Amino acid sequence: MPTKLEKDAVTGKETTGHEWDGVRELNNPLPKWWLYVFAATVVWALGFMVFYPSVPYGPGYFHGLLGYSTRHDAMAGWRRMEATHAAAMQQIATLPFDDIRKDPQLMAVALTAGRATFANNCQPCHGPNGEGRRGYPALGDDVWLWGGKLTDILQTVTHGIRSTDPDTRNSQMPDFAGTGTLKPVEIQQVANYVMTLYGAPVAGADPASGRAIFMQNCAVCHGEEGQGNHEVGAPPLASHTHLYGADRAAVVAQITHAHNGMMPNWGARLDPATLKSVALYVHSLGGGE
Amino acid sequence: MNDAAGAALQTAVEPYNEAVVRKFTIAAVFWAVVAFAVGVYIASELAWPALNFGLPWLNFGRLRPVHTSAAIFAFGGSALLGTSMYVVQRTCKARLFGGDALADFIFWGYQFFIVMAALSYVMGFSKSREYAEPEWHIDLWLALVWVLYAVVFVGTLLKRREPHIYVANWFYLAFILTIAVLHIGNNLGVPVSAYGAKSYSLFSGAQDALIQWWYGHNAVGFFLTAGFLGMMYYFIPKAANRPIYSYRLSVVHFWSLIFLYIWAGPHHLHWTALPDWAQTLGMVFSIMLWMPSWGGMINGLMTLSGAWDKLRTDPGLRFSVTAVGFYGMSTFEGPVMSIRTVNALSHYTDWTIGHVHSGALGWVAFISFGAIYYLVPVLWRRNGLYSVRLCAWHYWISTLGIVLYIVSMWVAGIMEGLMWRAYDANGFLQYSFVESVVAVHPFFVIRMLGGLLFLTGALLMAYNLIMTVRSPRTAPAPERLSAGMVAVAAGG
Repeated sequence: MPTKLEKDAVTGKETTGHEWDGVRELNNPLPKWWLYVFAATVVWALGFMVFYPSVPYGPGYFHGLLGYSTRHDAMAGWRRMEATHAAAMQQIATLPFDDIRKDPQLMAVALTAGRATFANNCQPCHGPNGEGRRGYPALGDDVWLWGGKLTDILQTVTHGIRSTDPDTRNSQMPDFAGTGTLKPVEIQQVANYVMTLYGAPVAGADPASGRAIFMQNCAVCHGEEGQGNHEVGAPPLASHTHLYGADRAAVVAQITHAHNGMMPNWGARLDPATLKSVALYVHSLGGGE
Repeated sequence: MNDAAGAALQTAVEPYNEAVVRKFTIAAVFWAVVAFAVGVYIASELAWPALNFGLPWLNFGRLRPVHTSAAIFAFGGSALLGTSMYVVQRTCKARLFGGDALADFIFWGYQFFIVMAALSYVMGFSKSREYAEPEWHIDLWLALVWVLYAVVFVGTLLKRREPHIYVANWFYLAFILTIAVLHIGNNLGVPVSAYGAKSYSLFSGAQDALIQWWYGHNAVGFFLTAGFLGMMYYFIPKAANRPIYSYRLSVVHFWSLIFLYIWAGPHHLHWTALPDWAQTLGMVFSIMLWMPSWGGMINGLMTLSGAWDKLRTDPGLRFSVTAVGFYGMSTFEGPVMSIRTVNALSHYTDWTIGHVHSGALGWVAFISFGAIYYLVPVLWRRNGLYSVRLCAWHYWISTLGIVLYIVSMWVAGIMEGLMWRAYDANGFLQYSFVESVVAVHPFFVIRMLGGLLFLTGALLMAYNLIMTVRSPRTAPAPERLSAGMVAVAAGG
């Protein structure tokens, strides 16, 4: 099409003379500021490439005048943080718990190390403040499965419960229905009895028949008074803390086909000072013995 | 309306294949509602995970690609394919190359791809490549449909009866050709069996990641940027009835955008196993991309000079112009986020989600709404929209939705970034991931409300367009100024 230059009535600018379906174009130049900023970004880009790793060639690449590396950068930051507590963590690793607790400065480091480690490893199951949830023990109260002394907690954290560690804490609550040890009616009876232990008797139920079954099957681990046993991680049934729930359906379910929870052996992932710090932190949550 | 006389009239006044454009327009509106509804649902799942209901096919991991594919490929894709076929015919004065049957095959073939992809995600199939989740058999189908689409588009350009190719078509062409290359390149893989859906990528490790983000970033660059710039270059000057501001700027920003975009992908892999030199190149190309991106914004906004008053009366045009504003904002934010030190803060946080949505909602959806509000009265030979007021309501509700969405994600993202990097005085991490999730919960709720507003707006649009199509026909189509102008003139 022969170019037919026109003037735009509104702006007084010339068009390019082309037209498509009624659309025309003005013949405005590139905005100056646009061109200069574009040029500046190109110059900046070239400059950046001189100072930082940029152009690949043959077997390697140009490392840049600054010798910068993201890996070195990240590791330097990590080492800087390590350095602020390296000496204290060294002492925590070697000193016994009693000595650490006597040293307020050391204790401050241990508790923050423990808090940070707990937050990133333990919170998903035990909750942000160690409050626990169904199937995952609360850590802030004074009811313990495997003991609440510092050494107990350290043992549990390091080797885990029903974990792959050879020194893991281990015990099984039997599958009373699956093994045929108890008949359904006996499970109902013993459940009624267990609920009397924590002061929630089922209306109209006679706990006497359940008591006999309890003494024969449960007392060996949970104790005759339902006081629990740290040696085998048997929960105290006569407490108001319930790992799998306090209502009748939950009690029946646990007796029928028992859950046996597991906890990882953190000794495989965390160093000794960190493990001790976590133990100190958990101990400090409120229930430490 | 669909009687013989109407059909004859339609043929008489339709030198172009507008039937396929109508189909794509209907599909775009339908998929918009689907995409936004699924988005609101998965945003709710993030705020209240119980909404998973323990059902695998309602799981966030399966519904998220349904949302992204529905938004990008179903809604955005239908809008792009439809408008490109409309624009290329009008600006080339040529009916679509290859005949009506081929155009229809592309429409139905593309819709079949969308449905297949969505069903496969819900059933648990995924290639686990972001924005390229469909498995190999669906990829092959899309490749076929896409190549035929390219043939139709290029064929129409070749048989044009205009001496020059209009700038909108350059952008559409860049979009079509590059997406073909990206789709085929990124999805190269080996099926485990000819009869099974599972396949493995041809690449591995850092190379695989780089291929994926070469694809992922250029899906943004060529699908969501170049394609919609094509839309912008036609519908803004048409609706404003003004010439494009600068031909020279359109040439320079087109070629610089096309050349620079393709290298920017590595900025998605800062601080990873990707070699430092590749990270640097990804970053500097992203910075250089700033002005080429803004060239489109300048041309869009300056085209309004002498016609700014139309924004008051034509909410459709207001959508298009606001879209250009959001485009300018997110193409500035993108280069900033590509800077390695900024990225150390922003990466993996919800800031990225906010950035994507300022582009997806503000730019892609708004420019499409503007085009759709323009197109429907033209395509169905109506005097204007059923209700300009409803269109204005859609505009304000959606704009408020976007503001809620991106501001809540800025706050959430920057908070996450700061929490994840905070150390206490003893050199231990100050916060855990769980604590950062707790902290962003209120912002997840606000984001969901923003999405709900955006969905509400889209439902108003769907209702308005259905009523427009059901209103009495006024044939032949007026040589249109803009949908809103005509409606206002007609007292609508």
